[in-house]
Amino acid sequence: MQQFLNVTLTGLAQGAVYSAIALALVLIWRSTRIVNFAQGAMAMFTTYIALSLIEAGQSYWVGLLVALVSGLVLGALVERVVVRPVEGGPELNAVIVTLGLFVGFQALAAILFGSTFVSFPAPFDLRGFTVGGVNIAFTPNSIFVIAAVVVVMLALVALFRFTNLGLQMRASAFSQEVSRLLGVRVGAMLTLGWALAAVVGSLAGVLIAGGNLVSPNYMDAVVVFGFVAAVLGGLESPGGAVVGGLTIGLLLSYVSGYLGSELVALAALVILVAVLLVRPQGLFSHAAARRV
Amino acid sequence: MSAPATTAALQVRGLSASYGPVTALDGVDVTAEPGRITAVLGANGAGKTTLLRTISGLVRPTAGQVLLGDRDLTRAPAETIARAGVAHVPEGRGVITELTVEENLRLGALLGSSRKRTRHVIDDVYAMFPPLAERRARHAHTLSGGERQMLVIGRALVTGPDVLLLDEPSLGLAPRIVAQIFGLLRELVDDAASGRLSVLLVEQNARSALSIADVGVVLNLGRVVATDSAAALAADDGLRHAYLGF
Repeated sequence: MQQFLNVTLTGLAQGAVYSAIALALVLIWRSTRIVNFAQGAMAMFTTYIALSLIEAGQSYWVGLLVALVSGLVLGALVERVVVRPVEGGPELNAVIVTLGLFVGFQALAAILFGSTFVSFPAPFDLRGFTVGGVNIAFTPNSIFVIAAVVVVMLALVALFRFTNLGLQMRASAFSQEVSRLLGVRVGAMLTLGWALAAVVGSLAGVLIAGGNLVSPNYMDAVVVFGFVAAVLGGLESPGGAVVGGLTIGLLLSYVSGYLGSELVALAALVILVAVLLVRPQGLFSHAAARRV
Repeated sequence: MSAPATTAALQVRGLSASYGPVTALDGVDVTAEPGRITAVLGANGAGKTTLLRTISGLVRPTAGQVLLGDRDLTRAPAETIARAGVAHVPEGRGVITELTVEENLRLGALLGSSRKRTRHVIDDVYAMFPPLAERRARHAHTLSGGERQMLVIGRALVTGPDVLLLDEPSLGLAPRIVAQIFGLLRELVDDAASGRLSVLLVEQNARSALSIADVGVVLNLGRVVATDSAAALAADDGLRHAYLGF
């Protein structure tokens, strides 16, 4: 029972981070029909920026803030400079471009920050809570991770549901031509979409790094799990991305806790294949809306 | 609502456009005057839809000019042309089906308020089209064809346009609904309080279109073959048989 509790709580905290990565992928897929293979590498890069500041004596919070802001700038720059020329072209072009970015960011990070493992601090205690004299695997830092993701999700929901800007962003994602005819600056909305996605990705990068070791490829596995979560949620649906992320977090945590941690990557692959075989439109998408 | 403003005519001069090697428009001259409905008629493939898409900036012209009053809109981006006061209601309804009825209208009203020219607000549209009021919180994909046409016309009106470009509003609708929508268009144009709207109405249904239009322009293979009053065009048997199919 205690192990079940431990495994579940750990899975939820991991799942929150996968949700954030899945959400970043969904935001970009919805508006530009591009799977951003560089999402994890961009998050890794901004996490290194945060780490440089922290190592230079700044607080964790300054590092986090700067990582989020640099994510915003990086996302906008990548869309404007690199992705815009291939938008609307053959899908393979965009795939190659984001794969190129992925390789480029990893190489650049290795040059600038080194390719060895370095430890990233956590803002809160990494020792588990004690419940009834028993030490559990759920830590104050896990609560912070979940809370941070929840706050960002709620902020995005508020943006998309209740603001004019969010309405214009959604309209641009659904129908670029009609949006332009209604005076919406679709190009600016797409840039903003990439920028917001990169902020969410940066948050995930810093959160998963907290209390762990980072290297230029530490996000690779995380982004793969986030991608599986996004597919599970239907790739179209932000809500689906969140539920997909939590589900993947829990499932992988059970696999790791009960079957062995070496099976986690295999389990993710099995889930991906199973979803694509049984329900390729994902759990939360209208069947007709998917056109891969 | 703001006081009626004097609105400018839309003038299209010598407009040409092509899709690759295929010429779709060849030196077209059309004027849409405020307070008038100008019908653009012709067979399938005559260039009617291309004419509207070129005016609204979705297709780049190869030659010619698009003027709104003394403002040159030729080759401006579509969003700039929309902001200048040209509302294009595209063929096939153009509702954003993933948004609700109210969100579709809010999107139009955003442009209207940024233009400070909103003559119709969302509540006016609901008063004009009661079926939309009942379905305001529903997603637009649940609407019938007639309701979608009401929604796109209402959404164009809340942008506060000087010029309304309508592409085949009768397409796929029952005759009773077409009569209702055309009657409403006539009322909008005649209503002085609406600030002298110009309407450019593209139709294959030439008989119905001429019955509400003031002026007609007949296109064939991308060229203007006749421009006259709607009554004169409807009375010209040779022209009707050759190009209008009734």
